[in-house]
Amino acid sequence: MTRPADDGIKLSARGVRIEYWQERSRRSFQAVDGVDLDVRAGEFIAIVGPSGRGKTTFLNAVDGLIPISGGSLSLAGRPIKGPGHDRAMVFQHPSLLPWRTVLANIAYGLEIQGKVSRAVARERSREYVGLVGLEGFEDHFPLELSGGMQQRVNLARALATDPEVLLLDEPFAALDAQTREYMQLELLRIWRQTGKTAVFITHDIKEAIYLADRVIVFTARPGRVKLTLEIGLRRPRELRVKRTPAFVEYEDAVWSAIEEEFVLGKTAAIS
Amino acid sequence: MKAAVEAEAAVGTGAEPQEQSRPVGRPHPLSAYQPALVGGLSVLVFLVAWQLIAEARVVPALFLPAPTDIGDAYRQMFRDPEIWLDLQTSGIEVGYGFGLAIVIGLPLGILMGWYRPLRSALDPFVAFFYSTPRIALTPLLIIWFGIGIYSKVAVIFLGAFFPITISTMAGIRSLDPLLLLAARSFGARDAQIFRTIALPGSVPFILTGLRLGVGHALVGVVVGELIAAQHGIGKRMSDAFTTFNMPTGFAALIMIAATGVVLTVAIQRLERRFDAWRPGN
Repeated sequence: MTRPADDGIKLSARGVRIEYWQERSRRSFQAVDGVDLDVRAGEFIAIVGPSGRGKTTFLNAVDGLIPISGGSLSLAGRPIKGPGHDRAMVFQHPSLLPWRTVLANIAYGLEIQGKVSRAVARERSREYVGLVGLEGFEDHFPLELSGGMQQRVNLARALATDPEVLLLDEPFAALDAQTREYMQLELLRIWRQTGKTAVFITHDIKEAIYLADRVIVFTARPGRVKLTLEIGLRRPRELRVKRTPAFVEYEDAVWSAIEEEFVLGKTAAIS
Repeated sequence: MKAAVEAEAAVGTGAEPQEQSRPVGRPHPLSAYQPALVGGLSVLVFLVAWQLIAEARVVPALFLPAPTDIGDAYRQMFRDPEIWLDLQTSGIEVGYGFGLAIVIGLPLGILMGWYRPLRSALDPFVAFFYSTPRIALTPLLIIWFGIGIYSKVAVIFLGAFFPITISTMAGIRSLDPLLLLAARSFGARDAQIFRTIALPGSVPFILTGLRLGVGHALVGVVVGELIAAQHGIGKRMSDAFTTFNMPTGFAALIMIAATGVVLTVAIQRLERRFDAWRPGN
């Protein structure tokens, strides 16, 4: 029995291997093979790279939505066996219940977890309406909101369950460029306010560097950690940090790691 | 929708040059009634034209009674207390038949949508009976259940049951997989997924099934009574038509149609209530 880790490690992956059966090609696929990764409590890490490198698969395994085929995956010393109250996912698609209002959607996760009554869940959700800047929209339905606002609801729904680790799967990928930058700024503000541990998946190098304490690059499939880059940019970060020389250097480093994998031809073979 | 647009505008670039700003805001107060007004007007025009053609006697009165003749038929009809027995009989038949179709069809549709083995087991029968012209079974049902109300209840039930079951099943099966994933991510159990996603998500399908069911139910009551019955509006209509009492026949026909319209509108109201979240409502 491992005790909750005292070394400040919140999430720990050791040699994680994930295979799944692909019906179309009628063979099993190795999505992730031997991922080693430690995430400290309160740390923001970003996993960046093109599609097809097992990033989302890995995140789904951390969320407990899919099982791992080998290695170990643990949260605060406890092995991950399935979805749990200590994690919450912000999906790429808002995945909001269209017949629920903004407030009722934010309360959804809390309601499902059943730790508090429905009424308390709604009441607690009000705080998160404010946190993600949706005051005045509590009673709107998702389809009445813009894409950016829907993603705020998606984020608030995850935060409202007060998870230890926040998992974000390309949450801003479908937004227009300006909204996306603004949401990045907002996410950092919220992250600072809540102090959550965050694992963020993206294919946008700038986004990864701007947001994260540490940027991880996976190899081409099967995915494995190829590069870990500590981002030393001072926080709080403003958007204009993206145009500083230090930022561009990080960008170069990440890009060359990704490019190497392309050159190796592995990615080309899959796509 | 409006609020979202305003918020976007507040964030957006804003100052686009506008040659002539079209007033955006409240629509004309009468515009909400526009469909009703136009619809009512067109019905009125139709009735007037019908009256004129009937009075011109281009065709004999036997073939085409005038709307006023039908009005007279109503007056005569309601002078006889027997009409209430007919209305009551048909009403009970539809109530029982349609009610039974809901009480059995709805849960069965839900179960068939939710449990794949049950769907596989029952699909052959549902598919067979759905494609059978069930109304043709009416004589058989009358032999089985007699000429009283129960044969009609059976006909109506068979008519309404299948659309309700099939629509409900389709609703349960067409759930958004992304919503299911989100629910599972929060640790939702099957019962919770059913209550928070499957049920509310399939309400529009269920109501569509009910709407289709109403049509089948009314056809059922008329055909059932037409073949053999002691009382009922359908019987009254067929008696009138077979004795060349066209005004009474039309009067009964219109009552049946009106019932269908009222029920359909009621269900549409319900649909709109449950669809409040769809933009444009």
